[in-house]
Amino acid sequence: MANKLLSLENLSAHYVSQQGTRVVRAVDEVTLSLDAGETLGIVGESGSGKSTLALTMLRLLPQAGRIVGGRMMFEGENLVDKSEAEMRQVRGKRIAMILQDPMASLNPLFNIGDQVGEPLRVHEGASRSSAWQRAIELIRSVRIASPQTRVTQFPHEMSGGMRQRIVGAIGMSCEPRLLIADEPTTSLDLTIQAQYLDLLRELQRAHGLALIFITHNLGIVAKMCDQLAVMYAGRVVEQGPVSRVFSRPLHPYTKALLGSIPRMTEEREQLTAIDGQPPDLAALPAGCAFAARCPDAFDRCHVEAPPEFSVEPGRSARCWLAAPGVHRAAEQSIPLSRSAAS
Amino acid sequence: MIAVMEAKGLSKHFPTRRGLFGGSRGVVRAVDEISFAIERGRTLGVVGESGCGKTTTAKLVLGLETPTGGAIQFEGHDLATLDPPGRRRYRKSVQAVFQDPYASLNPRMRISAIIAEPLVTNEKTEATEVRRRMLELLDLVGLPERSADLFPHEFSGGQRQRIAIARALVLSPQLVVLDEPVSALDVSIRAQILNLLRSLQSRLGLSYLFIAHDLAAVAHMSHEVVVMYLGKIVESGEARALARAPMHPYTKALFAAALPSHPDERRDEPVLQGEVPSPLAPPSGCHFHPRCPHAMARCAQEAPRLRAVEGRQIACHLFD
Repeated sequence: MANKLLSLENLSAHYVSQQGTRVVRAVDEVTLSLDAGETLGIVGESGSGKSTLALTMLRLLPQAGRIVGGRMMFEGENLVDKSEAEMRQVRGKRIAMILQDPMASLNPLFNIGDQVGEPLRVHEGASRSSAWQRAIELIRSVRIASPQTRVTQFPHEMSGGMRQRIVGAIGMSCEPRLLIADEPTTSLDLTIQAQYLDLLRELQRAHGLALIFITHNLGIVAKMCDQLAVMYAGRVVEQGPVSRVFSRPLHPYTKALLGSIPRMTEEREQLTAIDGQPPDLAALPAGCAFAARCPDAFDRCHVEAPPEFSVEPGRSARCWLAAPGVHRAAEQSIPLSRSAAS
Repeated sequence: MIAVMEAKGLSKHFPTRRGLFGGSRGVVRAVDEISFAIERGRTLGVVGESGCGKTTTAKLVLGLETPTGGAIQFEGHDLATLDPPGRRRYRKSVQAVFQDPYASLNPRMRISAIIAEPLVTNEKTEATEVRRRMLELLDLVGLPERSADLFPHEFSGGQRQRIAIARALVLSPQLVVLDEPVSALDVSIRAQILNLLRSLQSRLGLSYLFIAHDLAAVAHMSHEVVVMYLGKIVESGEARALARAPMHPYTKALFAAALPSHPDERRDEPVLQGEVPSPLAPPSGCHFHPRCPHAMARCAQEAPRLRAVEGRQIACHLFD
């Protein structure tokens, strides 16, 4: 545990209504860890709690949200215990974030140079002119042509892909240790998305940056990530190294998710659809939250929520089928290879 | 094979004005002389990036835009010369399902009224018959009968898309335009809707024009695929063959940019540089030449024509 860059231990964040009558368990007992320079993908559908988890890590939860338990150890310090002033020293300097919509994260009234240089002036006390010079270098580093003219321009003068690069340059300005990207390429075209992902990987290699991708797109995880955590109804239901999870998913939800994606070169009449809807986070069922949609559910699943079972080093699943002893039987009853899943 | 709908040299050019009094007039060639045919019971997929003209193509097919050149033929007749009853028949035969089921359903109408509306406005149908047909469609798209008396906000995204599909099918159309029908849905719900669309196609003999940016979904759903770039078709052909071995340099780049479905498929192919140029001032010759790794001197001067190469159509000087 000592050399981990970030480790979340039983972290829970809930939204509570004003009267305190409704509690939405958006993030529930999440345990995750990340090494320096590693890439983690957090995958889930809308309402799975993945974006709340990202906001929790930066302590940016909206008013109704609060951290109700657990620890967030980042470079040996517990972020949960930090004051608001101390957190401001972390955000943008040691942990940076990229959001989905670049237009919403850029200020339309300020030029690009001032926005890219702002973190340097705030965190490192750089002068206006030196921040401006660094901004030009940063814009060049995200592969935007003629940075000297670009710094004087405004966000509306740029394409969506270019804006997202600028947001990347702002994120990288103070050379953070960890960059959290929440659906960074959803609004981009396919070839622009590929360029952006390449750029992120290049920046990661150059700076030894750790990356967390929050996404619903398993393709991004397959392309970019080393580790994968699958979220369902506020909990991490499965985690492990990407290639092993893709080749041999343990949780029925992960399995179904992988089976539901059309593949380019595979002829299939029907995709494996997951019936039903994700549950309401304010009224979770007593047992496993996925039990109602699970093809392999049995009696116990409906009464008792499974704990996180560690299956092999670095791999775990919240599923009774992954419990020690049951594991062998589960392996035989469930199709495990990629071809069998189709 | 009978073509339900055929586009021949179809163009849509939008005039642009500059300055306050509309001085110099330019033109945006949103769709530029494209031809395709959609056969009965089959799916034509259209792929391309923003600004390639796929949405304008959908609007032309739906009759929401009038072409500035070329023609759409329906059952062998030119749409532009159809008499009013013929046009009415066309509009009934071509229906659409759009991307966002939160925007495409009127929040003040009950589901029964939403699904029955096309019947009420287009045909003189008796109320009992309307209700019977509406319930039949609810069943067809897999929604319970009690949904009829509810409002759209009581449904999830996937269920709303089922309602939009039921509405599109109530007039028994021959062709359904599917404009990004699953992009707004969650991953686990997408497969449900794609499966439903495929089973409806085989049960009802529907034809689809399927527009999406998810290449794997298009390859999965389509029989034929056309790839568009800045208003022109650059490649078209049988879906699987095209997905497996794209030939035009742009199609190659597009499919190389698609995300892998398994981490072992990670490819380190060079990524296409640059962005799609402005359709207001497209590059001369082949529109793709400034970004093309194989561009020759000729590509900047002469626009390539579509020609048959190994069972598909390709517009590229490399294949002359």
